[in-house]
Amino acid sequence: MAEIIESGGGEKGGKKRPKKGVVRMDMTPMVDLAFLLLTFFILATSLSKPKTLEIIYPKEVENNDEKTKLADELATTLLIGEGDDYVFYYHGKFDPDTTTLQKTDFSKDGFRKVLLDKNRTINERVFELKQDLNNKQLSKEDYEAQYKEAYSKIVNDEQAPFVIVKTIPKSKWRNVVNAMDELNICNVRKRAIMDMEKSEDASLQKRVIELGLPAPTSDNSNE
Amino acid sequence: MPKPKMPKSAPSLDMTPMVDLGFLLVTFFILTAKFRPNEPVLVDTPSSTSELLLPEKIMLVTIDQDGRVFFDIHGKDVRREMLNGMIERHPELKVTEDQMKRFSVMGMFGMDLANLGNYLSADESVRAKMDQLTKGIPTDSLKNELSEWVQEGYEAFMIDAQNKGISIENLRDDEGLRYAIKADGATDYEKIEKVIDIFREKNIFQFNMVTTLEAGVDISAESE
Repeated sequence: MAEIIESGGGEKGGKKRPKKGVVRMDMTPMVDLAFLLLTFFILATSLSKPKTLEIIYPKEVENNDEKTKLADELATTLLIGEGDDYVFYYHGKFDPDTTTLQKTDFSKDGFRKVLLDKNRTINERVFELKQDLNNKQLSKEDYEAQYKEAYSKIVNDEQAPFVIVKTIPKSKWRNVVNAMDELNICNVRKRAIMDMEKSEDASLQKRVIELGLPAPTSDNSNE
Repeated sequence: MPKPKMPKSAPSLDMTPMVDLGFLLVTFFILTAKFRPNEPVLVDTPSSTSELLLPEKIMLVTIDQDGRVFFDIHGKDVRREMLNGMIERHPELKVTEDQMKRFSVMGMFGMDLANLGNYLSADESVRAKMDQLTKGIPTDSLKNELSEWVQEGYEAFMIDAQNKGISIENLRDDEGLRYAIKADGATDYEKIEKVIDIFREKNIFQFNMVTTLEAGVDISAESE
């Protein structure tokens, strides 16, 4: 529509018009503007999509009978202290005198390795399930539905290990999310977040001194 | 042999289709883009490997680094209904029609009830200052306003859903209200626990924690 073709009216009187032909408009600035806006909207829309991590908290259990029924050898407890640099874990039941807290962190070779090791059978089953379903060549919906059902059966198995994440009031939210994320990656669905017992906190602090670790530091600035 | 005629003017390219396409895309993006309302606090959410998208119909509680609590709920009509509910609870809260309108289109807020009226009638710059100075919505047991907002927000959402003719079965699965918590990575866990406990008192146990996607995720762990 940028070219206005002047036509018609030529037959009348045979008089020639002073200007015949096309009027051109320079569209470059308009194009520039259009693409500038386009770029802006593309960038602005794709950047503002937050992701979410689903966490289900348990109902407040009145009597503790249910909890204690869980087998101790399946339990791993993660203790999140104040700083970002290290966390501790132990397997089984806590005994202030005999339990040694193991130091770990949220790096690739940290807590994830521990969990993968502990949760090996479950992970293998999940892996097999994925291969199974891939071989069947299902439609996307069927795949998702079947996967979801079978997956929840596997991860909620009675023999599946479970993890308790224990925090102190000064634990940083970042670390709690990290812990939950590691559990997701390692297919640990049986989990709980709880407050740390006093004895555990004391044990943790003793262990920090024992290992000669630096005092907890946490990065308060934005990453 | 006659020489081929060369055009005298500069060669020109017809850019019309390109412009058409450009503006078509611009229009598309303008229409689909959703502008985020001004957020009173900057929150640096922790990263996770989760790729779940945040649902649309949410009640969002934001907690900043200092533990200040801000509240937000999706939907204009829901917000209006919610504020009405709060006025019923607190007759001393006087809200004019203008303020009501303002509230229904506003994003999150972190004011206690005593200052909410002033906040709603203040202009942009004053409001920004108030956002800076506010202590957030009170969550302590003496004056648990967050708990009231959660209750009223839920009720308002249900009323609104009924008005729109959404059946209860639909509300149960994907069309229902979801609860999201958006907290800064450096927030102390006790502050978040407090908010979660308020939700748990209302029998709400499932939350969406807002995170940003972690770059360069190592998923090979799964196949080990």
